[in-house]
Amino acid sequence: MTKAAIAPAGVALPAAEPVPRAEPGPIREFWTRLKARRSAMLGLVIVVALILMAVFADWIAPYDPIATDWGAIRTAPSWAHPFGTDEVGHDVLARIVFGARASLGAGLTSVALAVALGLPFGLIAGYAGGVVDMVIMRLTDALLAIPFLILAIALAAFLGPSLTNAMVAIGLSATSTFVRLTRAQVQAVAAEEFVEAARAVGNPPWRIAIHHIVPNIVPAILVQATLTIAAAIIAEASLSFLGLGQQPPEPSWGSMLNVAKNFLEQAPWMAIWPGASIFLAVLAFNLLGDGLRDALDPRQRT
Amino acid sequence: MLRFLVQRLALAIPTLVIASMIIFTLQQLLPGDTATALSGEERDPEVIAFIRQKYHLDQPLPVRYALWAGGVLQGDLGESIRLQKPVIDLVIEKLPVTLELACLAMLVALVIGVPMGILSAVKRGTAADTIANGIALWGLSVPNFWLGILMILLFSVQLGWLPASGYVSPFESLSENLRSMAMPAFVLGNAIAAVMMRHTRAAMLGVLGSDYVRTAWAKGVSPLRLILRHALPNAAIPIITLGALEFGQLLSGAVLTEQVFSVPGFGKLMVDAVFNRDYATVQGVVICTATTYVLLNLAADLLAAFVNPKLRRA
Repeated sequence: MTKAAIAPAGVALPAAEPVPRAEPGPIREFWTRLKARRSAMLGLVIVVALILMAVFADWIAPYDPIATDWGAIRTAPSWAHPFGTDEVGHDVLARIVFGARASLGAGLTSVALAVALGLPFGLIAGYAGGVVDMVIMRLTDALLAIPFLILAIALAAFLGPSLTNAMVAIGLSATSTFVRLTRAQVQAVAAEEFVEAARAVGNPPWRIAIHHIVPNIVPAILVQATLTIAAAIIAEASLSFLGLGQQPPEPSWGSMLNVAKNFLEQAPWMAIWPGASIFLAVLAFNLLGDGLRDALDPRQRT
Repeated sequence: MLRFLVQRLALAIPTLVIASMIIFTLQQLLPGDTATALSGEERDPEVIAFIRQKYHLDQPLPVRYALWAGGVLQGDLGESIRLQKPVIDLVIEKLPVTLELACLAMLVALVIGVPMGILSAVKRGTAADTIANGIALWGLSVPNFWLGILMILLFSVQLGWLPASGYVSPFESLSENLRSMAMPAFVLGNAIAAVMMRHTRAAMLGVLGSDYVRTAWAKGVSPLRLILRHALPNAAIPIITLGALEFGQLLSGAVLTEQVFSVPGFGKLMVDAVFNRDYATVQGVVICTATTYVLLNLAADLLAAFVNPKLRRA
């Protein structure tokens, strides 16, 4: 019960005194629950560390990632080159540090694209229903019929190999998942009484969609987006590994592995670190995504 | 059951038709003149003229699609400009290799994933559960081409036990065939094993909490019999259907696995075609993949409905 309710009628409460809140806000509550999950926090810490590494690569990397040193070709890890050097004398550590830009950039950009396309179409399909819904869903089903990576490879093949095209290809391939998710969420939320009430007082559909439906489906989208970033990072690495993503000499963990597989006997260190970096990044987003899902799952709320 | 079958088919057919339209339209993304781009490295005007005529490039897009789709329905996936062979022949030649790889990978996934899922459900909350979940998370996060490279480093370069690449047909030598497929199958099955483990765990947890299991327990059924005879058959339904859906993942993963181990399958055909700018082959492979995937989904739906009559009304 708030103070306003117990104050006698006609007595004004001092304005300076804040009204105490009965319970913490949803965001704070969510944060408390996320913090309680050690694996999710580990994922978050790794994600933040990788983002910092990508942003401050110029300061962190010990060498220029595309500078060739013909005097140090395929040298084993040493004090001068902690992760060794590759077949043209690039410092592997420097390329790992800069490679985070391609991987995280591709992961975040492609998922942002997928959400930007998937959310509106999912909203329209879920809220409008009828023929519009049918057309959007048939298209989505058709896109889902082509396995994610196969579609991304085909798109990258026709668009031409480059990191940007790889991001577009991955983003478009992931869009259908978000259309489906948004539509299912919208249909669930649209049946709720508060949406019914908003409609009854005469709100136009776009207003209901943006003010009443979207805020309620954000958690589900957030969880899916985090897990999709993990998939997108693997997809970028896969495309670059196949030679369809980042083009040499620009560094990317996937393309580093592509080169490394030709020198497994002579220079195994070239293969260890890029793969370990992909694994770490994907693991971190998976841990964070799983943690977010558990923390946002209303069924666990007591 | 027949009505259900018809309903599902009625959904699958438009899906495939629209997917084929999308795959066909990919051509339009090619920069510049389509005929020149389709001819790849070839700059011979005669070849370009042949392509223009063969693909009816002077016709509007819908007409071209109709002509192409008509061909596809009759098994004409076009001509590989690079290899001078009909694409359908290439597909038929490479498909068995990938199917063998996929089946072996599925076997690996089942053998690892299902027992691990049962164990972690039965021993919920114990160290065994935590370890099994950790292994599943590893399986989901490790890129399979890196795992392949690591395995080559260990088993081929260091120990010399298994061949790093090369493929031997099972008709030539079954033992050599299995030796050459062991690492690719494990690498490909690894990620699916993780997914199977999670599905099995969830399904088993659901079944283990049900009344009939408690009754069997109260009757004094031995724990092993309880799990294998009473709980597992019911948990198996979602495992089977979800397993069929994972096949798309297998087809995607095969592209990379085949590249790492130089297995001459479907995926390698696609990647080689991409680099040879052999677009008809790329389209052919993608449409075959999509068809396989849709048919498998359909089969999974039917299987689920066959086992669980309640679903037939859906």
